[in-house]
Amino acid sequence: MWHQKTLTELSEALSTGKVTSVELTDHFLNRILHFADLNAFLDVNNDFSRKQAQIADEKIKSGKAGPLTGIPLAHKDVFVTREWRSTAASNMLENYVSPFDASVVERLGPDGAGMVCLGKTNMDEFAMGSSNENSAFGYSFNPWDIDRVPGGSSGGSAVAVAAGLAPAATGTDTGGSIRQPASFCGLTGLKPTYGRVSRFGMIAYASSLDQAGPMAKNAKDCALLMNAMGGHDPRDSTSLDMPAENYSRHLGQNWAGVDGGSKEEKPLAGLRIGVPKEFFSEGLSAEVRVKVEAAIAEYEKLGATRVDVSLPKTELSIPVYYVLAPAEASSNLSRYDGVRYGHRAHDYKDLAQMYSRSRSEGFGAEVKRRILIGSYVLSQGYYDAYYLQAQRIRRIIADDFQNAFKQCDVIMGPVAPNTAWKIGEKSKDPVQMYLEDIYTLSANLAGLPAMSIPCGFDSEHMPVGLQMIGNYFSEARMLQIADIYQDKTDWHKAEPEFGSVLKKRGVAA
Amino acid sequence: MSTQWEVVIGMETHTQLATKSKIFSGASIAFGAQPNTQACSVDLALPGVLPVLNREAVAHAIRFGLAIGAKVAHQSVFARKNYFYPDLPKGYQISQFELPVVVGGQLEIEVNGVQKFVELTRAHLEEDAGKSLHEDFQGPHGEASSGIDLNRAGTPLLEIVTEPVMRSAAEAVAYAKKLHALVMWIGICDGNMQEGSFRCDANVSVRPVGQKEFGTRCEIKNLNSFKFLEEAINYEVRRQIELIEDGGTVRQETRLYDPDRQETRSMRSKEDAQDYRYFPDPDLLPLRIDQSWIDEIKLTMPKLPVQLRDEWQAEFGLTPYDASILTQEKATAQFFIDLVALVDKDMAKQAANWIAGDLASALNRDGISAADSLVKPTHIAQLLKRVADGTISNKIAKEIFAHMWEKAKSGALPTDGVVDAIIDEKGLRQISDSGELEKIIEDVLAANEKSVEEYRSGKEKAFNALVGQIMKASKGKANPGQVNTLLKQKLG
Repeated sequence: MWHQKTLTELSEALSTGKVTSVELTDHFLNRILHFADLNAFLDVNNDFSRKQAQIADEKIKSGKAGPLTGIPLAHKDVFVTREWRSTAASNMLENYVSPFDASVVERLGPDGAGMVCLGKTNMDEFAMGSSNENSAFGYSFNPWDIDRVPGGSSGGSAVAVAAGLAPAATGTDTGGSIRQPASFCGLTGLKPTYGRVSRFGMIAYASSLDQAGPMAKNAKDCALLMNAMGGHDPRDSTSLDMPAENYSRHLGQNWAGVDGGSKEEKPLAGLRIGVPKEFFSEGLSAEVRVKVEAAIAEYEKLGATRVDVSLPKTELSIPVYYVLAPAEASSNLSRYDGVRYGHRAHDYKDLAQMYSRSRSEGFGAEVKRRILIGSYVLSQGYYDAYYLQAQRIRRIIADDFQNAFKQCDVIMGPVAPNTAWKIGEKSKDPVQMYLEDIYTLSANLAGLPAMSIPCGFDSEHMPVGLQMIGNYFSEARMLQIADIYQDKTDWHKAEPEFGSVLKKRGVAA
Repeated sequence: MSTQWEVVIGMETHTQLATKSKIFSGASIAFGAQPNTQACSVDLALPGVLPVLNREAVAHAIRFGLAIGAKVAHQSVFARKNYFYPDLPKGYQISQFELPVVVGGQLEIEVNGVQKFVELTRAHLEEDAGKSLHEDFQGPHGEASSGIDLNRAGTPLLEIVTEPVMRSAAEAVAYAKKLHALVMWIGICDGNMQEGSFRCDANVSVRPVGQKEFGTRCEIKNLNSFKFLEEAINYEVRRQIELIEDGGTVRQETRLYDPDRQETRSMRSKEDAQDYRYFPDPDLLPLRIDQSWIDEIKLTMPKLPVQLRDEWQAEFGLTPYDASILTQEKATAQFFIDLVALVDKDMAKQAANWIAGDLASALNRDGISAADSLVKPTHIAQLLKRVADGTISNKIAKEIFAHMWEKAKSGALPTDGVVDAIIDEKGLRQISDSGELEKIIEDVLAANEKSVEEYRSGKEKAFNALVGQIMKASKGKANPGQVNTLLKQKLG
């Protein structure tokens, strides 16, 4: 079935005429409709998608197709689009349609790589959350167990790919929002180096941490998507001014750079894997620990050397992140004031009341909480103690990584302390939820690239993710390291059986 | 004995930078367009937009820093100033806070012949807000409403801040005028005060003479004319002194000047002051300015008024007064430079006299700038040459100038030969032929025997009267030098 294929396989099928883009697109649109109860999508429009598929088919016919032309994908609703609504899963932007496409959407779409947009995926409101439960339009269900959360904030994208509603999806990662849902849903996800992918057209949460990236079935697919998504964009001043890069260039090589060497018995000979003890301290569930240790052991079998490293400020990444991200968010979300677009209260006496009512009605509880925290830490008299202090520790965290990279090439550990938890389990205690981000936050604070790679299942058959953190600009190497692992393991190929479960519980038709 | 009060004034000036587009977007900043026709998605703060710095605005800031001898920071930081207002689309203004682009510098002013240096604290780049329209604005159903025009939102500003070193309204006005002339001189601001391109805020306080500590200050905002600036400060000084002398205390507050009532009124007190929650804007990298960029701009900087003033005094022997008149405005200085290039160096002084005299009054009378003068440097050069070679007298030259000025109103003057054509057409050529002159002199002497008698009996004044008669008889064309010589000969 087409939804079980990787991007490489679909690309092959399209270019050899085994299937057309319109057929593929219809296949996925039908699945989206059929499994609508997963609530993975916030906006779907068959006409828009088919139109893009027709354009792609024309390109394929006339021999102008690239490797991704005609392949459908889903966009997280944080990227603005001219056709589909762009809500960031907030009532504030319930019916908002953007007059322009985000850079990522443009680069992947008909005027770029030629991919077909299937619609916009569910997420935590303004990307604030780790479970998808903060969506104003209802959460998405984890296809591995519909009683559990898919993770967040890119939960809808993860569900769409895991459930075969899209072959791949875009996500954004501010504190783990690509890696953690990828881990919870058994996908491969990459958060690139800060500045690799343009933020233009991404609805901002925390500008100095936000970074877009791919979520797909395997590392090869992520590399293909990165080839189209990455690159300098003059419309984003923080975009890295570096030449375009081929992220697939190391695939098929061994670590030493020999082509075809990936098939050797020890293709990763020479690779040093740093394992920070702070990523295995108390709080990490025993089951996740076992699976992650097993994955590292597998890497050792492939020739890599394990090195013990230390990232001493790991625990502080939680308070640092939950000062800095809300600070930036409190300012980034000020534009939603009901004056020019978005939700405006119906009933108000004066300007102050229009602001307060529009914002009170438009924002959800977690968004309000972070705006309040952010406003507080930036206030006169508190700025030095919170914001400045957090910035200082942020630099120390980045320095700690550089010290670690003197001893190793990549760092490995768990993506999250636990596998996907039950819906509602942690949503009443925000601090409990924040603590779940402990292993992902530091890569964002340091601006480093980081991946989630499926590495097994716990006793309840929920996926476990292995996290790999690389040094700046080492994505192509990280994708190579992940790809070699995926050549030797099948964890990433496992598929959830959710159809029958949905039916049994009376959730789906 | 009543207390002697000292006035303390510091100024903050918002200069609109003369760029084509906004400081963080590609929208035009031209004045006077229909509301919201010059506001793009960045100016509207739509979801997903990002600011991209306009390098020309930075170049202008560098130019300013160089012109006032300030330090241009190699690294400065854009910060967000957070507050809600309908004409502030993002809910924050991008400005510079802790690390501004220009630090220090000074400007020389002169009040009543006394020179003084005004030290500047800093100058920083920021974006302007939009405009709220309250009066006569109708909503979609014709109801009274408020409108927002975002054309101005994102217009680049350089906010220039002085130390509290001015001691009178006159000094503040002298500073504002000097700054106004300078920013136009170096081409970074069009200086149009009516359109809001140059707006002053004055921080005013008073203290007893001899007291070291400053008094509590009030900030008077948005003064958009030199007259209002002076009136507002004088009113505010009186208000503060009276308040203190009546036993009250000055409250720190922001005040607005009402030109109709000629008074300042409280706008908001310090207690109402907002906490702007400044922090570095994560959408913009720190602004790095390499020395090479500064050096590059240095090469394109025009000479500054003070440089030209000194050079011209030394090179052409201009008086300090003439030199300062010529360097008040760039267009005037350029006129002088162009004119001097066309004539001999020793005519520079006369050239200066012409510009500061007849030309300046004609420009003044018709309210036009030297840049748009109807009479061009080449025409004055022709006049100067004809005076120098004795073809016409200075007096006739003035007549010809006035004639050219009027003529030019009905069509531009040709570049060449205008002066000679007028001389010929009107027969204004100076009479230097001694035969012709002698005849005129003899006629005049014959008709003015009384004056001749007076002169011979020792009344020197009578000589001048006779010269006047001769000039009149020649219709001003007689060569005055020759008249003198010949007349002396005749009178023995």
